[in-house]
Amino acid sequence: MEQNVTKQVVPSSEPQHKHVLWQLFKATFCLSAFTFGGGFVIVSLMKKKFVEELGWLTEDEMLDITAIAQSSPGPIPINASVILGYRMKGILGSLVAVLGTAIPPMVIISVIAVFYKQFRENTVIATALQVMRAGVAAVIFDVVINLAKNVCKTKRYLYIGLMAIAFVLTCFLKVSAMVIILSCVAIGVIDLIIQMKKKGETV
Amino acid sequence: MIFKLFLSFIQVGLFSVGGGYAAIPLIQQQIVEIHKLMTLAEFTDLITIAEMTPGPISINSATFVGTRLAGVPGSIICTLGVVLPSFCICLALAYFYYKYRNFSGVQTILSALRPAVVALIASAGISILMLGLFGSDHSNFALSNFRIIEALLFVGGLFLLRKFKVNAIAIIFGSGVIGTILYAIF
Repeated sequence: MEQNVTKQVVPSSEPQHKHVLWQLFKATFCLSAFTFGGGFVIVSLMKKKFVEELGWLTEDEMLDITAIAQSSPGPIPINASVILGYRMKGILGSLVAVLGTAIPPMVIISVIAVFYKQFRENTVIATALQVMRAGVAAVIFDVVINLAKNVCKTKRYLYIGLMAIAFVLTCFLKVSAMVIILSCVAIGVIDLIIQMKKKGETV
Repeated sequence: MIFKLFLSFIQVGLFSVGGGYAAIPLIQQQIVEIHKLMTLAEFTDLITIAEMTPGPISINSATFVGTRLAGVPGSIICTLGVVLPSFCICLALAYFYYKYRNFSGVQTILSALRPAVVALIASAGISILMLGLFGSDHSNFALSNFRIIEALLFVGGLFLLRKFKVNAIAIIFGSGVIGTILYAIF
């Protein structure tokens, strides 16, 4: 249904629109097909694709989208695609991005649901899926190194400290992402109030 | 029955905040306990499969449950149920975000949030790395389970990404192919 709608609309708009929608679909489809292990994995892949490769978004924007996607109900990859699609081409963009993200797992699981026993007992598939994690980890680390560098470049101890503390809390003490995000919003609000007061004094 | 499924998965989509593992107990409650659409053993298998395959766990389980109970239409309807709440809520949030994000006050608050998001991504990266290298999370790993092939793939992959900016999907797919071949040889 949704596919038919997008197909009818696309040719009537400018060729460039078609290009962006197609690229959006292609990109979300590929990312979704190769994303193992939770929402933050796909977010780092999205950062690579949409910020570094295509240059559609800024790095800050991608981080904001990640925070919103994490704080809203539902699967993170779907949430991130909705926002990303909206940014590129409004509601139509959202539809296309969600379709791209949802189709690969649907197809894979539909096939597996039929060959469920064979799949579970196949050692080659199990090995391939296990070793792929090493590649996924490499991609995340690559993205994290770039992101952390840029946080350090701000030269604000507040931000660098928040990053270090948040990392220790989530990685070693298993504090939930939601708590971290809400606390940082609160810290941001306090920081804003302090900055406004300082400005008030100098004026 | 399809409508009942649709409603159950709308609830899963609506109440699973934080993604992934937060959704598991909810799906279990809706599908196994309330509606008895799957046995607990089947559900455990589903979680194993969902962890092994790409894609969000709630979409995976929606598709799996839907396909088994009502074929392809079932899988589409269940997935629609999971996605629908996300779609509406995130669309609204996206609208507000792009409307207000350029205000300097909003920027100050978001700037405090961004380093934390970097930390969250890093910590997800550590989890998956440990899962790759030791087959278990970093809270209960054993050094004796260290897998040298995965370690080499990780270092090699990271080197190619940093030095030559190789495509990320090529790295993931390549590590799968090379790793499987290496395991077959040794």
